[in-house]
Amino acid sequence: MVESQSPGQASETEEAARFQARVDQEIKIEPRDWMPEGYRKTLVRQISQHAHSEIVGMLPEGCWVTRAPSLRRKVQLLAKIQDEAGHGLYLYSAAETLGTPRSEMIDALHSDRAKYSNIFNYPVLSWADIGTIGWLVDGAAIINQIALCRCSYGPYARAMERICREESFHQRQGYEIMMSMAFGTSEQKRMAQSALDRWWGPSLMMFGPSDRDTAQSSQSMAWKIKRVSNDDLRQQFVDMAVPQAEYLGLKIPDPDLKWNEERGHYDFGEIDWAELKRVVSGDGPCNKERMAARIKAHEDGAWVREAAVAYAEKKRQRESAARIAAE
Amino acid sequence: MTAGNDWPLWEVFIRAREGLSHKHVGSLHACDAEMALQHARDVYTRRREGESIWVVQSTDIIASAPADKESLFDPADAKIYRHPTFYEVPDEVECL
Ligand SMILES: [Fe+2]
Ligand SMILES: [Fe+2]
Repeated sequence: MVESQSPGQASETEEAARFQARVDQEIKIEPRDWMPEGYRKTLVRQISQHAHSEIVGMLPEGCWVTRAPSLRRKVQLLAKIQDEAGHGLYLYSAAETLGTPRSEMIDALHSDRAKYSNIFNYPVLSWADIGTIGWLVDGAAIINQIALCRCSYGPYARAMERICREESFHQRQGYEIMMSMAFGTSEQKRMAQSALDRWWGPSLMMFGPSDRDTAQSSQSMAWKIKRVSNDDLRQQFVDMAVPQAEYLGLKIPDPDLKWNEERGHYDFGEIDWAELKRVVSGDGPCNKERMAARIKAHEDGAWVREAAVAYAEKKRQRESAARIAAE
Repeated sequence: MTAGNDWPLWEVFIRAREGLSHKHVGSLHACDAEMALQHARDVYTRRREGESIWVVQSTDIIASAPADKESLFDPADAKIYRHPTFYEVPDEVECL
């Protein structure tokens, strides 16, 4: 969009005060409004990271499309994966409104300068893992994303609303898979339990480090980019998941998990923060595989992108030649 | 390795149902108008959210500047006589 210069240039501090006042009044910030550089940077980092997660998140599920146990399961998994591609695209567009081209964000991902959700660095070992991912990973994403619908940046909040509307089927299809596994043969039930055992810890880590250890959070909270703290979101997730696991007759792998009458919440054990740190910094079971697959897909598609540009150019030239001939 | 240059950016507008006007839903990259329409269909109407799509290249949109908001729109606030509630008419006279 076109940049414009305001006639009466207000000073930086005046602008900053006006900006914060708008945020405090819950007025959404739009792309061409004045915003502090830090706000812009934080959003580009967060939204592009979110977009990368949607795109990389397709990889662990993609390899199960051909192995889905029935046609019904196959079409639902395909539809879910298509949605995740859409989510990635909505989010890249939202980030682009802040002035960073998509190609730059993708470059950052491919050259290891940007992160994506750590959860996708774990392997998907059985069909029950696909159920668990829909149930817990999409379940955690929904909790995170509902909070983000109230983010102060308009394009991000609107993308989140659209995404939240689409996510709920992801979680339900996952839970449905878990039901057929958990209520199936003893072998199926064992697979369901094993998937829960492996995905529970990483799912809790999806909400990020503990509030005790996050420096960034308070500025993001003041800017209303972040509305609910990591630990509060995590608690919401645990409170949601425990009865769901009980219904399935599965056991959450945490000896410290118990209902706390006084707090009105479930208490749960300490998270393995060392593991989070290790996997985030690149040393997880699938980090290399995921990035290699992403880069390969991008490079293998290069000729298609080039051909499309050449075709569009040829068509443009033909059309303008025809117009000249007709004149 | 580089992701290369992006295709041009397009803004997407969708008519959700017959009788409604088109509404902005987001944007996408495409190398020409035809591809922009196809991508808009795939990205923004997977659940039958639309009846009709418009795509407009983002650079073709001329937008008012946020800084001009007051000078453009505030004058209308003072023109309360443009609203029916400004006029006092008797209750017993109908159809006013
Ligand atoms: Fe998603
Ligand atoms: Fe999802």
